[in-house]
Amino acid sequence: MFRLYQKFIPLALFALCLMTVQAWGQTRTITGRVTSSDDGFGLPGVSVIEKGTTHGTVTDNEGRYTIQTKDDAILIFSFVGYASQEIPVGTQTDISITLSADVSTLEEIVVIGYDEVKKSDATGAVAVVGAKQFNKGVVNSPQELIMGKTAGVVVTTNSGAPGNTSTIRIRGGASLNASNDPLIIIDGVPISNTSLGGSPNILSTLNPGDIESVTVLKDASAAAIYGSRSSNGVILITTKRGAGTFNINYNVTGTMYTTPKKVDVYSGDEFRALINQQYADQPNVLALLGTENTDWQDEIYDDAFGQDHNLSVSGTALKTPYRVSLGYNNTDGVLKTYNFERTTLSIGLDPKFLNDKLKVSINVKGMFNNNNFADQAAVGDAIAYDPTKAVHNGNTAWRGYTTWTTGGIDGPGIDLAPANPVARLDLTDNTSEVKRSIGNAKLDYEIPFLPDLHATLNLGYDYAETKGHNNVKDKTQWIYEPTTAGGKYNPYEAKSQNELLDFYLNYTKELSSINSKMEIMGGYSWSHFYNEGGDSVMNVAGEGATRQNVYKTEYYLISFFGRLNYTYKDRYLLTATLRDDATSRFSPDTRWGLFPAVALAWKISDENFMNGVRSLSELKLRLGYGVTGQQDIYGNDYPYIPTYTRSDDASRYPFGNTFYNTLRPDSYDEGIKWEETTTTINAGLDFGFFSNALRGSLDVYQKSSDDLIAYVPVPVGSNFTSYLTTNVGKLKNYGIELNLNAEIISNDKVQWVVGYNIAYTRNEISQLNLTGNKDYYVPLGAVGGTTSGTIQVHKVGFPRRSYYVYQQIYDADGNPIRDAYVDRSGDGQINTEDLYVYKQPDAVVTMGINSSLTYSNWDFSFSGRANFGNYVYNNVGANSTYASLYSSMGFIRNMSTLADDTKFDVAGDTRFSDYYIENASFFKLDNVNLGYTFKDLHNDKLDIRIGAGVQNAFVITKYSGLDPEVEGGIDNNFFPRTRAYFLNVNLSF
Amino acid sequence: MKRYIISILSAVLLTGITSCVGDLDTEPLNDRITTANQVFKDPASYKEFLAKLYGSMTLTGQRGEYGMPEISAPDEGTTSFMRTYWSLQEISTDECISAWGDPGLVELHGHNWSEQNFYNQLLYQRVFINIMFCNEYIRVVPPKIESLPASMHEEVKRYVEEARFLRAFFYSVAIDLWGNVPFVTEQDAPGGFLPKQISRAALFEYIESELLDIIPGLAEPGENEYARADQAAAWMLLAKLYLNAEVYLGPGNKRYTECAEYCNKIISSGVYSLNDSYRNLFLADNHTLRNEIIFPIAEDGNSGRNYGGVTFIIHAAVGGAENPEADFGINFGWSGNRFTNTFADKFADKTGDTDSRALFYTNGQTLDISNPTQFTEGYLSTKFKNKTSAGVNGVNAIFVDTDFPLFRYADVYLMYAEAQLRGAAGTDANTALEYINEIRERAYGDGSGNITSDELTLDFILDERARELHWEAQRRTDLIRFGKFTGGSYLWDWKGNIKSGVATPAHLYVYPLPATDLAVNTNLDQNDDY
Repeated sequence: MFRLYQKFIPLALFALCLMTVQAWGQTRTITGRVTSSDDGFGLPGVSVIEKGTTHGTVTDNEGRYTIQTKDDAILIFSFVGYASQEIPVGTQTDISITLSADVSTLEEIVVIGYDEVKKSDATGAVAVVGAKQFNKGVVNSPQELIMGKTAGVVVTTNSGAPGNTSTIRIRGGASLNASNDPLIIIDGVPISNTSLGGSPNILSTLNPGDIESVTVLKDASAAAIYGSRSSNGVILITTKRGAGTFNINYNVTGTMYTTPKKVDVYSGDEFRALINQQYADQPNVLALLGTENTDWQDEIYDDAFGQDHNLSVSGTALKTPYRVSLGYNNTDGVLKTYNFERTTLSIGLDPKFLNDKLKVSINVKGMFNNNNFADQAAVGDAIAYDPTKAVHNGNTAWRGYTTWTTGGIDGPGIDLAPANPVARLDLTDNTSEVKRSIGNAKLDYEIPFLPDLHATLNLGYDYAETKGHNNVKDKTQWIYEPTTAGGKYNPYEAKSQNELLDFYLNYTKELSSINSKMEIMGGYSWSHFYNEGGDSVMNVAGEGATRQNVYKTEYYLISFFGRLNYTYKDRYLLTATLRDDATSRFSPDTRWGLFPAVALAWKISDENFMNGVRSLSELKLRLGYGVTGQQDIYGNDYPYIPTYTRSDDASRYPFGNTFYNTLRPDSYDEGIKWEETTTTINAGLDFGFFSNALRGSLDVYQKSSDDLIAYVPVPVGSNFTSYLTTNVGKLKNYGIELNLNAEIISNDKVQWVVGYNIAYTRNEISQLNLTGNKDYYVPLGAVGGTTSGTIQVHKVGFPRRSYYVYQQIYDADGNPIRDAYVDRSGDGQINTEDLYVYKQPDAVVTMGINSSLTYSNWDFSFSGRANFGNYVYNNVGANSTYASLYSSMGFIRNMSTLADDTKFDVAGDTRFSDYYIENASFFKLDNVNLGYTFKDLHNDKLDIRIGAGVQNAFVITKYSGLDPEVEGGIDNNFFPRTRAYFLNVNLSF
Repeated sequence: MKRYIISILSAVLLTGITSCVGDLDTEPLNDRITTANQVFKDPASYKEFLAKLYGSMTLTGQRGEYGMPEISAPDEGTTSFMRTYWSLQEISTDECISAWGDPGLVELHGHNWSEQNFYNQLLYQRVFINIMFCNEYIRVVPPKIESLPASMHEEVKRYVEEARFLRAFFYSVAIDLWGNVPFVTEQDAPGGFLPKQISRAALFEYIESELLDIIPGLAEPGENEYARADQAAAWMLLAKLYLNAEVYLGPGNKRYTECAEYCNKIISSGVYSLNDSYRNLFLADNHTLRNEIIFPIAEDGNSGRNYGGVTFIIHAAVGGAENPEADFGINFGWSGNRFTNTFADKFADKTGDTDSRALFYTNGQTLDISNPTQFTEGYLSTKFKNKTSAGVNGVNAIFVDTDFPLFRYADVYLMYAEAQLRGAAGTDANTALEYINEIRERAYGDGSGNITSDELTLDFILDERARELHWEAQRRTDLIRFGKFTGGSYLWDWKGNIKSGVATPAHLYVYPLPATDLAVNTNLDQNDDY
């Protein structure tokens, strides 16, 4: 078992080196075992010291210790992250105790980028989530570990597909079209946010079980040390290290995944009744009805099983602490045929050389991942496919699968009709194989003649390779190729190779004469990002391979950075950072950007005048200012260079009898430059009451992004494109965040800790183009079911991605009147000028709550989240109108029974009504977990914890669709999130 | 040892820093992407760039089907010039009503579009990007000609003249659809500037002078490679410009004489004649009919794939009880476009037995449309097909081989006759009647459909243009020239979104400049009453 405390074993040992063994007269040998209250496992590395002396020992790997002491001695058991205990020895010979988790001291050390500081000395808005606080249970991706754990950090799983990615937004993100993803750094190696095709999650390399802590740098003063990549915040992931004596830990989790809710569609009988009612006088429509009652969602979804194994071995060999872990995960999706299989290997070594002056830290992580993505279009087709038809109808043209055709069951397929969802799953072969390795070697050298000076060299790499295909058999109606072509063959591959070199110097000096302490750090960083790949679409015979895409692209980032930490009287803290960044993505004139930051902190509680305030154990005021940047532009590493692109062979033009590839001048923006996010202010207060039994922090911030990188229309006639990624506009973000942690009960038998966080986050576009035209907007957010419709806009004065809709008029009974909208432009007609901005997808208030209760050998925890003020466009509902029951192409379409609420029976602009913009506020109980620990088995060497729980236990919402949590705000049939029941066994030996 | 380590660290540091700044000067690695400095070192690039200018009349980007567009839209097919130009010229008229219920298209037939209409925006963006491509060609290529092998000089000079022809063509679309538009020439290099607006009258003058200037440098009629413009194409474009001069320059600015003059140049070149078969003009092997097709937009199912162009025209017209594969050479129809009854009624006999241009599919279809989104209502068109005259399907069932006859010889006859009726000097009424009857003889197979000189009126010409040129992207321009597009003098089914048709506002005779461009370009004034 490896927890945060592994890290502190060396520190504990070090402390003991300073002690001398003292033996006074009447001694007694005490043995015993120290266990942890949260899971009952033995705690290694606990220091056991005789009070008032330097005499002591440290517990071994099972938490055991032996100490010689006197009857009247008092033993102090202490360990980082746990409340210390003092036990008088008396006549005892066996003193075994349980240490309670002390949440208030858990976050003692935080990594802040190129360094670490004590939490109490941190000056920026920094949040740490340690392994103890991670979400337990089924965690397939590292992002899920910190879901709901800290204010202002919103993690949304994008779907219920195993291994799928999650979106992280820190303080709402700062950009429009540049990436809003935070910079993620694993053991000092920043990773690229570009995911490879066939590998949805950029963090999938990382086994969640290997992570020791996740640190979030939220404000500019903390993040600015990462300059041009930090405007959306920084996430620092630290993995577990080996230490101490030999230990084996094995963890297995078996999970049953279910589909908690399906879209409520018409049953076969209801559908027949509806069609008969709507098309009573149209025999050609009635003739399309079948006699069956098929629940297509039942046909494509099934309960799925997943298993996760994790074996780790750690210890010290040849004086080198090591840790090796092997993980295996094999999870089926609830969508039939979907599968995720991942094997991970992680090795960490921490050797020391040259009399411990040179500390080396080596990390190698590897992953093999096989995915079967299935054909997820089956999700939408299972709603739309006619429930009066059977799965198979005995045809020969379509492999027997019931298919929409004209002229009999073997006739030509109707391309644009819904496809048979079962056929989609059965006939699609959509798999990928991903290999990835991330590693680094960090050398920390203490300069011999200047012991206050450290030099650090960090060399890192991140290589990934993916190969896959999305093939479909022939005789399928949804691949618009002649059925004789042998099916669609769509192979792809991609490779990325990123390298990193960091070199920096740290200098620490105590200036006791002036009550000051100074730390200066300065360094240089070089990184290179290379991507290549290709894909092509053809039929099995290889015809049509002309349509292929091959790419190769790279960019470099180069930086110089420095930081000064100054502490006066241990109460007044100043941090100043400066980073000078260059990217090859911009022209020599604009590629360098300077990113300064400064932060002040005042430990008020350490002031003499606070001595009288007993209940207040900690009070610190923080103020920060900083500039961060953004250069992550999608899809183009050379946006400033004028280039020409040659077409592929399927996009040629003939002169005479010869086809010529066409040569296109590409759009470019010579002056494109950094997006600058300035945190004008972040003010924070860290506080603790009652010896930190209640602890928390409050932050208020406002930031503004200037020279926003946005994808906006260019004036026609000025560039070779309609839209260009360029610097325009400004976005303001502001918010308040509160984190609270309370130890409600803490004694030998019962410990109960509750955490709560709440954040208020708003953003507003304050400028979008150079002309200042207020009516101007950038449309986005394609509506499913149309070829030209968009439902969202970026518009000045409103939050980004606001909905842009008609204002619905209702009848006396409160029912929407079809295509009756408020004439907002007042010109007497309803057209696109009457659209207005209404609500936005981003939540205004987000909350997280978690509780952990331990009673003797039992432990029970839960965590939940709530979002308020987030609105969703119910695209599934908007597509469900009586008008679209029948298509004149010759098919009928099932839909959500929400159609009964509107009864819209003639097609029009109904999809663009604000009726479909719904309040999707919700509360979700993400996790409930109960465990029991069998301690001291097998000669007291083995601990076993058995746990069980439910993931995504329930949702409370008024949203009428399937799931109110929709990244981006447009709900159009995504792979439904699952409910998971899991059983977990952990053995520590 | 310590010293050793320090020197390694210093070495790493130094090499790192010195190599770093150089690393920042990257250039594209992709074989398919070449920097502007390099690209013209390859002699083949001149013709490939020219192929882009022509190709942009139908293709949507650098990847076949979709994937590397220059215009951003949810459906890349809608960014095809040919597709959207066709939609704005046809769906807004009596010749076509869409069943898709797509708001942008419903607005077109309903005559209630605003400056936010998406298709109007897409075509506007397409036309000006195509103009930008031409400008780039005209600016960049001439200075490089001297450095090319001497054998290429004349050829590449002609490419530049053709680029100017294409630019004049795209500006002629702009003058027709929007009137007063942003104006950029080869003098305006791409960059962060706001193009200035040109008046409709000044643009007329510019197009005219450009065409007159380039004609001597173009190939003789019929002498160029297929699908490239020649002098006849330029004469035709001039004739069309003059024919509509009163619309562009205001009543009284009659240029019918010049119109007839340039029609005569085409006729007297002796290169062109009416093809014996009307229906073969719209089939997959129509690229062989250079006798009648003066300037095409070329399509190919394998090499020129996109979801716009004639692929759209054919697919969107097929549905109902039609057999897509057997009758149209395509995998499936999109059930979108069909005729209004107003148009169908221009043929007394709708079977096609008397007038072979009555290419209707009526089986299972009602003539009348009571619900515009019901595709089985309204007669379908069988004019364009992806089948050859011999009945063989095109090479690909999705992407068609059928070229679009942008300029066709029959139109020259119709223009001549109209100019004659509108008082063009140097024209002859008998010749006009002869030309019209030649068209009708081909349609009827004999002289039974011939008309008399009394019957040859302007109203007849407008109807005859509908019969002969329907779905060839001419209708809106024609109706405007005859004063029948807006207002109440001519109503058709569902004009103004009313079943019986309703008078519509006069300002719709030009489309609005899209809101997207007005917002970013302060030099632009919106057309009146939008």
